[in-house]
Amino acid sequence: MSEVSNAIIVRVNGLGKQVTTGSSELTILRDVSFEVNAGEAVAIIGVSGSGKSTLLGLLAGLDTPTAGSVRINGHDLFALDEDGRAALRGRMLGFVFQSFQLLPAMTAIENVMLPLELAGDARARETARAMLERVGLGARLHHYPKQLSGGEQQRVAIARAFVTRPALLLADEPTGNLDAATGETIIDLMFELNRECGTTLLLVTHDELLSQRCSRVLRLAGGMLQNPASAGGPGAQAACG
Amino acid sequence: MRLIRELGFAWRLLLRDGRAGELYLIAVAVVIAVASMTSVGFFADRVHQALSRQANQLLGADLVVVGDRPLPREFEAEAFRRVLAATRVMRFPSMVVRGDKNELSRISVVSAGYPLRGELRIADQLYGADRRADAVPAPGTTWIDEKLYTQLGLGMGDSIDVGASRFRVTAIITQEPDAAIGFINSGPRVFLNEADIAATGLVQPGSRIRYRLQIAGAAERVESYRSWALARLQPGQRIEDIHDARPEIRAALDRAEKFLSLAALVSVVLAAVAIALAARRFLQRHLDNCAMMRCLGATQGRVVRSYLVHFILLGTFASAAGCALGVLAQQALASWLGSLVAVELPPPGWLPALHGLVAGLALLLGFSLPPLIALGKVPTLRVLRRDLGMPRGAGLAGYVLGFMVIGTMIMWKASDIWLGALVFGGFAAAMLAAGLLVWLLLQLLSGLKNSGVSWRFGVANLRRRALGSIIQIVALGIGIMALLTLTLIRSDLMQVWQASLPPDAPNRFVINIQQDQLKALSEFFAARGVPQPAVLPMVRARLIKINDRSVSATDYTDERARRLIEREFNLSWAATMQRDNQLVAGRWWDGAAARKDQFSMENGIAATLGIRLGDVLTYDVAGSTVAATVTSLRKVDWDTFNVNFFVVAPPGLLDGYPASYVTSFYLPPGNIAPLNAMVKAFPNFLLIDVAQVMTQVKKMMDQVARAVQFVFLFTLLAGLMVLYAAIASTQDERLYQATIMRTLGASRRQLARANLAEFAVIGGLAGLIAALGANTLGYAVSLKVLNLAYSFNYQVWLSGIVCGTLGVAAAGHLGTRWVLNVAPLRVLRAIG
Repeated sequence: MSEVSNAIIVRVNGLGKQVTTGSSELTILRDVSFEVNAGEAVAIIGVSGSGKSTLLGLLAGLDTPTAGSVRINGHDLFALDEDGRAALRGRMLGFVFQSFQLLPAMTAIENVMLPLELAGDARARETARAMLERVGLGARLHHYPKQLSGGEQQRVAIARAFVTRPALLLADEPTGNLDAATGETIIDLMFELNRECGTTLLLVTHDELLSQRCSRVLRLAGGMLQNPASAGGPGAQAACG
Repeated sequence: MRLIRELGFAWRLLLRDGRAGELYLIAVAVVIAVASMTSVGFFADRVHQALSRQANQLLGADLVVVGDRPLPREFEAEAFRRVLAATRVMRFPSMVVRGDKNELSRISVVSAGYPLRGELRIADQLYGADRRADAVPAPGTTWIDEKLYTQLGLGMGDSIDVGASRFRVTAIITQEPDAAIGFINSGPRVFLNEADIAATGLVQPGSRIRYRLQIAGAAERVESYRSWALARLQPGQRIEDIHDARPEIRAALDRAEKFLSLAALVSVVLAAVAIALAARRFLQRHLDNCAMMRCLGATQGRVVRSYLVHFILLGTFASAAGCALGVLAQQALASWLGSLVAVELPPPGWLPALHGLVAGLALLLGFSLPPLIALGKVPTLRVLRRDLGMPRGAGLAGYVLGFMVIGTMIMWKASDIWLGALVFGGFAAAMLAAGLLVWLLLQLLSGLKNSGVSWRFGVANLRRRALGSIIQIVALGIGIMALLTLTLIRSDLMQVWQASLPPDAPNRFVINIQQDQLKALSEFFAARGVPQPAVLPMVRARLIKINDRSVSATDYTDERARRLIEREFNLSWAATMQRDNQLVAGRWWDGAAARKDQFSMENGIAATLGIRLGDVLTYDVAGSTVAATVTSLRKVDWDTFNVNFFVVAPPGLLDGYPASYVTSFYLPPGNIAPLNAMVKAFPNFLLIDVAQVMTQVKKMMDQVARAVQFVFLFTLLAGLMVLYAAIASTQDERLYQATIMRTLGASRRQLARANLAEFAVIGGLAGLIAALGANTLGYAVSLKVLNLAYSFNYQVWLSGIVCGTLGVAAAGHLGTRWVLNVAPLRVLRAIG
C-alpha cells in the first residue's frame, strides 16, 4: 500500500526559513539540501535553536519555507495547498513526537484508530488493535493517556504512527521525555517497525545513542547543514538496526 | 458513502468526547434552556389543544347568540326555520339560601335540549358515580354542584331557596359543558328549569342576566345562520362560535404564555452564556485534537465538518433530553395553572418539542459556531510547537449569530416587535448596568487593606479574570433575583397593600337593590343598630356616541376600553361629590340650580376611552338615549373599597330610567347574622363578601406565582451552570497556580480558603445585585401599580447576600476542591 520504492523518498533543495520579528529578520534555516533514500534511517542532530524542529516541520508540510523546495516521493510539498499537504500527510507520513501528543479524550485504541478513521478505513479497530498488540499494549487498549506511563504513551504514539504503514516516519525527539532505559526500548521498537514495515525514518534528536543507530547523521548548526558531504544519497545502504 | 463515513466519524468523536466528560457543561446548559422553554410551550399547547378540540363542548353548542337583554323571538324562530336545534339559557348571579347559610351562586336556567353539544353529567349522591343527564332539571327541582352542596351542608332531597322560590335538590352536577373558568365570581353553580324562573321574581330591571340562545346543526346551516344573525345584532348582543370559544380563556392564556415564555427566556439567555463559556473551553481543549487531525491528513474543511456534525448531534440529543424534562416540568405548571383553566387537558403535542429542538440547536450553534470555525484554523505546526495556541477569535463580534438567535426567540415569544425590542434592550441594559456595578464593587473590595493572604489572593483572582467574574456574578444574580422577587418581595407587597387598607373598610357589598326596597332596607339597618350606609343608585347604560362620533369596540385597541364599550356602564347620580374623590379638572355641579345634562367622569377611564372635558357623551339607557357634557374629571381612590362610579350625573338627569341600588358597609368578621336576615328579607340582593373575593384573588395569585417561580427555578439552575462553566474554563489555570503555590510552600488550607474567599465574594456580590434588583422591582411595582410608598426590606438584602454567599461558596468549593488534591509533581510533569 505504500508508495515506497528504491528511489529517493525525500529531496530537499535549497530550503530556507526566515521569520520577521519586529524590525529584524531572523534566519532559522539557510540553503539546506539533502536527499533520503527509501528504507534509510537518518538522524538530524544539533543544539537547541539550530533549526532542527523547523526543518522537521517543513519536511512534514506543517509550515511553509521562505525559499527552496521539499519533494516527498516526487510530490512537491509546497506546490500543494494546505489541504493538499494534509492529504499527502495522511497518505504517506507518520509522526512521533517528544510530548507524545495523544488526545486525552480518547483511549489508546481510539488514538491509534484516528488516522485510519480519517482515511476511511473500515477495519480501523482491528488494525489498531493488532498494532497495539504489536507494541506490547494489548492489555491497555481502553486506557486513557493519563492512565498510561510515559513509555506506554510513546508506544501508543508509535503504534499510531505506524498503523497506516507510512512511507516516511518523522520523529521529533522521540525519547526526549523518557528515562534512558525506557528510551532504549522505544528506540528498539521504532527500528523493529522500521524494518518490518519498510518505513523510512527521519529523526530529530539530541540522543547520541539514537543517532548512532541511524545509517546517516545530518548535523545542523546555525540553520545550516554542517556535513553536506553526507547529504547526498549514500547509495544502497542497508536499513539500520 | 463518504458522507456516511464522515457522519460515522463525527458520531464517534461525539461518543468519545461524551465519555471523556468533555460535553457535560454544554449539554446540561442546552437541556436547561430547552426544558425551561418547552415546559411553558407544552403547557400552553395542551390548553390550546383543549380549546380547539373541545371548542363546541366548551360552548355547549356550535354557535351562541348572547344578549344582556332578552333576545328577540326571531332569532329562535329563524333557527328552527333553518332546521337547526336551538335552546335558551339564562345565566345570572343570585344568592342561594338554606337555613342560616347563604352563598352567592351562578344560576343557569335551561330549557329542553340543553346542552346541544358536550355533556352535562350528574350524580345521585356526593362523589357517587356520574352519568350523562338526558334531560334538564324538572320544574321545582334543581341540580347543584358539589361546592354548593357541601358549603350549604345539604343532603339529597333537601331544599334551597333561590329568589322567592324553593327548589328540591335532585342531583349533583359533575361536569358542565360551558363551564366558566375557575376565576373569581364564578361561584357555585345551580341549574334550574326555565319554567320556574318567573316565580323566583329575579328577572327585574337591572338584574344581571345574560340571555344565551344556543344553536347547533350542520356546519353550512350554522354558517348561513351566523351571517343572517350577524346582520341583525343590536348593541349589547354578540355571537360566540367555536372560533372564538372562550375568548376570556384564550386571552388569559395568551398573556400567561407570553409572560411565562419571556420568563423562561431569562434562563435561555443565561444558558447561552454557559454555552458560550463551555464552547470556548471545548475549543481550547480540542486545539491539539484538531492540529493532530490535520497532521494526520484531515483537511481543514473535514475538521470543521466533523465538529459541526458532532455539535449538531450533541445539540439534538441535549435538546431531546431538554424536551423530555420539559414534559415532566409542564405537569407541575398544569397542576398549578390548569385548575384556573377548568378544562380537561389533552396530553401535550409534538409542536413544542419541535420548537424546543430547533431552539436548542440554534442556541448551541449560535454560541459555539465561532469557536468551532476557529478550530479549523488551528496551525498544524502546533503539534511541534505548543505555544502556537488559540487562533484569534472574533471576540464579541463572533457571537453576532448567537445574539441574533436570542433576539429572534424574544421576538417570537413576545410576538410584538416593540415588546420584543423592549425586553431585549431592557435585559441588555440591566445586564450591562449590573456588570458595571459589579466591576466597581470588585475595585472597592480589592482596596481592602490588612486582609488575610487567602482573602487577598481570592479577590486578586477575581480581579485578574474580571470579565469572567462579572459574567458569573451577574448570571447568578439574575437567578437569585428572580426567586427573591417572587418570594420575599411578593409577600412584602401583599402585606404593604393589605396594611394600607383602613381596618374598617367596607367588607360587604350589596348590589341589585330595587327602588321599592330602599325604605325597607333602611329600616332593616336601623332595627339592627347598624349605621346607615350610603345607598347609591345605578343605571345601566351603553355608550353609543362621543360628540357626533358613533362608538364601537373596534375603535379601540385597549382591551379594557373594548370591554367597556361592549358591555354596559353603570351610571349613577349624586348631588355632592364623594369624599374619597378628588376633582382634577372642570367643576362639580353645585346645588339644584345647576343644569342637568352634565357628567363627571373618572379620569383614568376618560383617558382610556380618549374622552376630554367638554365632550358630549350619548348613552343608550333601556332603549332611549341620554346625552350630557363631561364637565368634570375626578380621581378616585379605589383602595378605600367604597362604592364608586366611572360616570356620575347630577340628580334629575337619569330620573325615570330603571335603576337599581348598591351599597357597601363594614361588618365585623364572624357577625353574619345580619347577612342571613338580609338575604331572607331581600332574596334578590346579591351579597359580595370582600374577604372571600380577596382570598380567591390571593389563592389565584399564589398559584400563578408558584408557576412563575417554577419557571424561574430554571433561571437559577442556568445561573449555576454559568458558575460551573466559568470554573471549568479556569480549571487548568487554577491547577497550575495551585501547584506553583504549593511548591512554594502554601498549605492546602490556605489554598482552600483562597478559593472559598473567591466564591464567597462571587456569591455575596451576586446576592447583593439580586437584592438590589428585586427591591428596585418591588419599588417600581408598589409605586407605579399599587400607588404605595415602599420601604426597602432588609430581609431581602440579608437573605440575598447570605444565601448567595453561602450557596455559591459551597458550590464553588465543590467545583474546585479536586484541584487541591492533585499531587503537584503530577501537574508539573503534565505541563512538562
